[in-house]
Amino acid sequence: MKIYADNAATTRLSDTALAAMTPCFQEVYGNPSSLHTPGQQAAEKLAAAREIFARNLNASPRELTFTSGGSEADNQALRSAAALGARRGKRHIISTKFEHHAVLHTLQALEREGFEVTLLDIPPGGVVTAEQVREAIRPDTCLVSVMFANNEIGTIQPIAEIGAVCRQAGVLFHTDAVQAAGHVPIDVEALQVDLLSLSAHKFHGPKGVGALYARRNVPLTPLIHGGAQERGKRGGTEDLPGICGAAAAFDEACADLERNAAYLTPLRDKLIAGLTAIPHTVLNGDAVRRLPGNVNVCFEGIEGESLLLLLDEKGIAASSGSACTSGSLDPSHVLLALGRPHEVAHGSLRLTLSPENRPEEIDYILEVLPGIVSYLREMSPVWDELETGRRPHLI
Amino acid sequence: MALYSEKVMDHFRHPRNVGKLPGADGVGEVGNAKCGDIMRMYIQVDPETQVITDVKFNTFGCGSAIATSSMATEMIKGKPISEALKLTNRAVVEALDGLPTHKIHCSVLAEEAVRAAIRDYYDRNHIPYGPELAPREDPDGHEH
Repeated sequence: MKIYADNAATTRLSDTALAAMTPCFQEVYGNPSSLHTPGQQAAEKLAAAREIFARNLNASPRELTFTSGGSEADNQALRSAAALGARRGKRHIISTKFEHHAVLHTLQALEREGFEVTLLDIPPGGVVTAEQVREAIRPDTCLVSVMFANNEIGTIQPIAEIGAVCRQAGVLFHTDAVQAAGHVPIDVEALQVDLLSLSAHKFHGPKGVGALYARRNVPLTPLIHGGAQERGKRGGTEDLPGICGAAAAFDEACADLERNAAYLTPLRDKLIAGLTAIPHTVLNGDAVRRLPGNVNVCFEGIEGESLLLLLDEKGIAASSGSACTSGSLDPSHVLLALGRPHEVAHGSLRLTLSPENRPEEIDYILEVLPGIVSYLREMSPVWDELETGRRPHLI
Repeated sequence: MALYSEKVMDHFRHPRNVGKLPGADGVGEVGNAKCGDIMRMYIQVDPETQVITDVKFNTFGCGSAIATSSMATEMIKGKPISEALKLTNRAVVEALDGLPTHKIHCSVLAEEAVRAAIRDYYDRNHIPYGPELAPREDPDGHEH
């Protein structure tokens, strides 16, 4: 059996998205900036795609800028808000310790440029509170950036409450909605969000396409200088096939949102119940306030990469926050922020489902995983110490 | 997965000499759980010939940590201690047809585990050894 359970990393392109992209390669291949008919046909498609995103986010098409993906959207959102703040002498930014690196590393760059950054602590359930944001806001705060849903543990943040706090304080609010868009309802008006980033390949659209929503009174600073594309906010000829595929995928994901959540939630909960039944295993993040397809657990006494390799042998594609998979010596900053000790964080496993996963795949995962965990624990000197009492169990 | 050579995957899938060795003559443990890898190596030594007659390992770590432990045990099993002490991490890497750069530290750990087990054997038997066998400053093989 081949099971793809790494949908938070990326998803398979949907048939709908592919069908929307195909004509843009050889039929409607004009440059949307060209005056002639082929160009204008392309411009119409581009406008229709923007319209789709706007409608599903309750935004106006003018408030949407297409980018090369979620990372670019995050970079541009933060840099734009920072530039606006700096103009008013406000150089303080609030974010959280478990943001995606696209946000954290941009904030580090801004720190080097003279901004001051406060990163909020993450409560044990993986959900920050609006109260934490309220307490951190200062007279010189120019931006609050809190992710909509965490990419590793899938916890959904109280975006509406944080939006209300920011609006009341007159501070811009950005949310990295890369993991949430197409998975949970998003209404930028109701949520009082000023900037929002999303990425198409997280909801069965193509890779290399993202969008940045910026409220009409929030001018964006271009990162890519060039032509007048995207109303001068992002130079470069638009990736029309990608954008059309992204729009089709987003439209489909938003239309099927409730049905998908109703399908995935019981599968997710079954996986969580089955995995946490393995001794000394803990769920990372709140069990309820999480994305419908996200499962993230830590198994004590084993290391994530060897677990992934053995799962791959069994045809299961998954992910881990272990150091060995991150390419650094430290395990996932998200799990550490959640309060997991290093040795526990190394044994993490993330399984992220999509509506393409079948119920029997969940059964298969639950059938093979306990054996793999026992096998690795059997081989592990850490497990030996835990079981013989020479090392205290942490979970 | 193309991250690793076939040799590495073979030793990862079918690790040689895995397990404990009750009544081992020497036990060495290196690495730490915080960094994500620990290797424990057990050796049995023939006191007459100083030959390592049996060796076992337990490893907590990634695929290459398991594979390098397995390969290192194979390379010292049946060898005199004097020869086992010459085992280098480079030789382990070569025997595995290479490792990704960021995994080289696993091979260092395997070499250190062998040396730690031998050192323990010497300590238990009051056999003197030179400073070259003393624990290294960074037994994790990590560049912190």
